[in-house]
Formats: sequence, structure tokens, C-alpha cells
Amino acid sequence: MVWQLFFTFLKIGFVSFGGGYAVIPMIQYEVEAHGWLDTERFQQAVAMAGMSPGPISTNTATLVGYDSAGVMGGIAATLGMVLPSLAVIVLLSALFFRFQGSKWLRSSLYGLRPIIAGMIAYAALHFGFLSGKEAFTWMTVSTLVICAGCLILLTRYKLHPVAVIAAAGVAGIVIYT
Amino acid sequence: MRSNWQKQLTTCGELFAIFTKIGPSTFGGGYAMIPIIEREIVGKRQWLDESELADMLSLAGSAPGGVAVNSAVFVGYRKAGIAGAIASVIGITLPALLIVIALSLVYVLYGAHPKLVAALKGIHGAVIALILMAAYRMAKAAVIDKTTAVVAIATVLLQVLLKINPIYIIVIGLFAGIAIIKGKEFLGHRTGIDKMPLQPSAQELFAPEYYI
Repeated sequence: MVWQLFFTFLKIGFVSFGGGYAVIPMIQYEVEAHGWLDTERFQQAVAMAGMSPGPISTNTATLVGYDSAGVMGGIAATLGMVLPSLAVIVLLSALFFRFQGSKWLRSSLYGLRPIIAGMIAYAALHFGFLSGKEAFTWMTVSTLVICAGCLILLTRYKLHPVAVIAAAGVAGIVIYT
Repeated sequence: MRSNWQKQLTTCGELFAIFTKIGPSTFGGGYAMIPIIEREIVGKRQWLDESELADMLSLAGSAPGGVAVNSAVFVGYRKAGIAGAIASVIGITLPALLIVIALSLVYVLYGAHPKLVAALKGIHGAVIALILMAAYRMAKAAVIDKTTAVVAIATVLLQVLLKINPIYIIVIGLFAGIAIIKGKEFLGHRTGIDKMPLQPSAQELFAPEYYI
């Protein structure tokens, strides 16, 4: 189990271009494929990862690992997530690779970036609404309202993401209890 | 006179200490730590100069992994080789790991508490909003012509309809760009690649809502 966590997150780590929330769809796919956490628990894990200090992708890895296999699982998943960064950056720095001018890199990013943008957009849909089997309920409506409110706070009032998360937590307590 | 490995050990310890301090301040995305790195590493200690910082940003933003972890590896490796890189990664990861595991313990104890469940349900809505913001930011940097717009929309449709493992989509994406550019050049079309910024602008980097 611990090894499985390590190797799965190692695999994700090598393709975690974009970092942060771009990695959520990949983690969610693997979590669902392995049956590590149920949908609601996974959504809670990402919520907790977002409000903890530190990188969101490694925080999510730690939480998924810890939830499915205890402290060792958390450490294994986190290690798997950061080892590719270590290997790739050290290798590229050691080769004195100059990123600015490389046409191959520019071409690759030209195709990769819109794909990542599409993947993050899908992550918002999947994470928000398509993963649950439940029908359209008032729960869906209230989530949409909170989501819209947060978008306004982020874009119009330029609030810090963590402040927005805190506001949504308070809104959740008011609405759901 | 101190021997070489002692000096190396001191540097690694210093790297570990710096990144342990920086780690928790990456609240809300890796780009939040860039100004702190600039102050601590470029300003105070002068371990990197401005052009190396630019290298760091483009490398950390383009390579797989979070910007925070990638930047830590870069600084550590430049300063003290592989040992330095490892010390920096442990420094940047350890505080978050401990805090997250501590939070999990709290969750195990109080996870069934109705107020906590309600708060997490509310935060679910906020996370959707943050993911949407990340998608918008990435799309703004990525969608620079018709081809990239088609690629972005096709990616969403592919995932909705076929549920392909996203890892495969990324691996295809690594080569798709090269194939598209080569194909366009072969046909004599102009490509939008020159318009493409390799790294986000400073204003985007430091804007608090930049959330990738």
C-alpha cells in the first residue's frame, strides 16, 4: 500500500506541470481508480490542503497518503510527489540548460499549456459537480452560490485566497448547520 | 581552518533553515514565495543574481512540480550541489507535511462535528472558485491563437466524454506542441509561438490571486 502510494505519486510528480490545482485532476483520477478515498472525503482533503500552508499538490498528496495508509503513507506520497522535481531540476541545472532560447521547449509549452488550461477547467467541473452521482439538489445550488461569491471576492475585491477560503468556511457553517 | 565538508554541512543547514522558514509562507500557492526568495537569497545573501533568478523562474514554472519546490531545488543545487538541493527540498516540504498531518489528527478527532463538516462543505465551493481562477490564468497565458484555443477545448471534451487518464493527456501534450509547430512550419503557416511569454509577467507573479 505504501509502495503503491509512493509509485503512483512519483508517476504524477513527473507530469505535474503547472503545479498546484493543475495536479488535482490527476490525483483525483488515481484516487478514484485505486479506491483510496470516497468522493466526499477527497473533496474535504483538497479543501484542507488549500487552507494549509505549503504547496497544494504536496499537501493533497500528504492527506491522501495519510488517510489511506497512516503517517508512512503520508510521507511516501509526499516523497513521490517531490522526488521528480528534485531529479528534473538538478538534471537540467547540471546540464546548464538555458530555457529562454530553446525552441523545442517553446514548441512543447505551446501545446502543453492549453492542454493544462483545459485540464484545470475540467478539474473545476469534475471536482465540483460531475463526480457525485446525486441529482441536482439545493446542495448543488448552495455550492454554486458560494463558488460565485468567492469568484467575486477573488476578482473584484482581490482578496487573498486563504481569506476567501476562510470566508467560505464561515458561509458553510451558516448555511449547513 | 574548517574543512570542506564542514563548510558544505553548514551551507546545507542554512539552506534547510531558510526554506523551513519560507515553506509555511507559501500559503495560497507557490508564487507567493518568490518575493521572499528574492529578499532572502538575492538581496541578503547574494547567492543568486537577478539573471539567475530569472532562470530560476522560467525553469521552476516550466518543469513538472510546484513552483515552490522547484525553486527550492534550484537554489539549493546552485549553492551546494545535490546535498544542498536535498536539504532545501526537505526544508520546504517538512513544515507543510507536519502541519497537514497534525490537521488530519484534528480531523480524526473532530471530523464528525457538524460545524466542521459544514465549514468543509463551504470551502468546497471556494476551492471550485480557486480552480476556475487557476484555469483562467493558465488559459490567458496559453491560448494565444486559434490552434491553442482548439487544443484547450478539445482537452475538456476528451476528458468529459472519454475519461482518459490525465497523465496520458499530459504526455501527449509534451509532444503535441512540437508536432503542431513543425507541421505549421512545414506548411509555411505563421505560428503564434513568438507571442508566447515563457514566464508570467512580474505583475501576474505577485498578484495575490495568481494561484497556480
